[in-house]
Amino acid sequence: MGLLLLILSVAGLFLSLQAQFLAAIQLIVYAGAVVVLFLFVIMLLGPSAVAPHDRRGVVMRSFGALVFGLFMLGAMWWLTRSAHALGQRAAAPDFGSIDAFGWTLFNDALVPFELSSALLMVAVIGAVAVARGRQGEPARARPTSQPGLLSEAGTPQSAPTGAPAKPRHA
Amino acid sequence: MIIGTEHYIALSAVLFALGGAGFLFRRNVLVALMSIEVMLNAVNLALVAFNRARADTGAHSGQLFAFFIIAAEAAEVAVGLAIVLSMFRLHRSVRSDEADSLKN
Repeated sequence: MGLLLLILSVAGLFLSLQAQFLAAIQLIVYAGAVVVLFLFVIMLLGPSAVAPHDRRGVVMRSFGALVFGLFMLGAMWWLTRSAHALGQRAAAPDFGSIDAFGWTLFNDALVPFELSSALLMVAVIGAVAVARGRQGEPARARPTSQPGLLSEAGTPQSAPTGAPAKPRHA
Repeated sequence: MIIGTEHYIALSAVLFALGGAGFLFRRNVLVALMSIEVMLNAVNLALVAFNRARADTGAHSGQLFAFFIIAAEAAEVAVGLAIVLSMFRLHRSVRSDEADSLKN
């Protein structure tokens, strides 16, 4: 899987840039959480998550890709030349150590740090609320639908009886 | 050959361009989310490389910013994948051009 390879490579580059803490965070957060989350969702969606290959406008798309690639090559060349003047100075002795980074994090960036914890909390609650679907709707009302999937929203079900719909098990 | 800042920046530009192209050209929502990941990784790489280029000051601003980008991205992936699940429940598809519930 290309994304995992990219993440591991970027973690290695962080190490080579003396950002040990970020490399560890990269491995834990991305390879440990994000990729696993993606795998879970792909597993949940099943084979229909992979769209059929579409062959519309192959010529135009190839042309677009070519122009895009040439443009990016030019941009790379320009960037490499202009960033060359930047150089790379000798690092301070404790640059990038977890000690120094943590000191900066908890002194200069304490408020954003706390705010990011609030952001993660909101994201978790929002993700649960969005992924869970509507309340009162039985999660697996139609056993005839594809296995392992949740029920279709707006499916006409049995006449409302007034009481909240009970989950019917197949 | 000494690997300098410019090589990291060039790699970051390539990664960002690939991510942007994937985000713009692919219609699978999952692939679009992965492309966003690639783009944010590129940004992180550029920030850390610039921070390393000015490492003699002992400031960690770039790494700090990359840290917060990682935190924001974890939140983005969680919410994004929840939205993808919800959309799949509604449309039975993960193609972004079929998510046209608001059209007319």
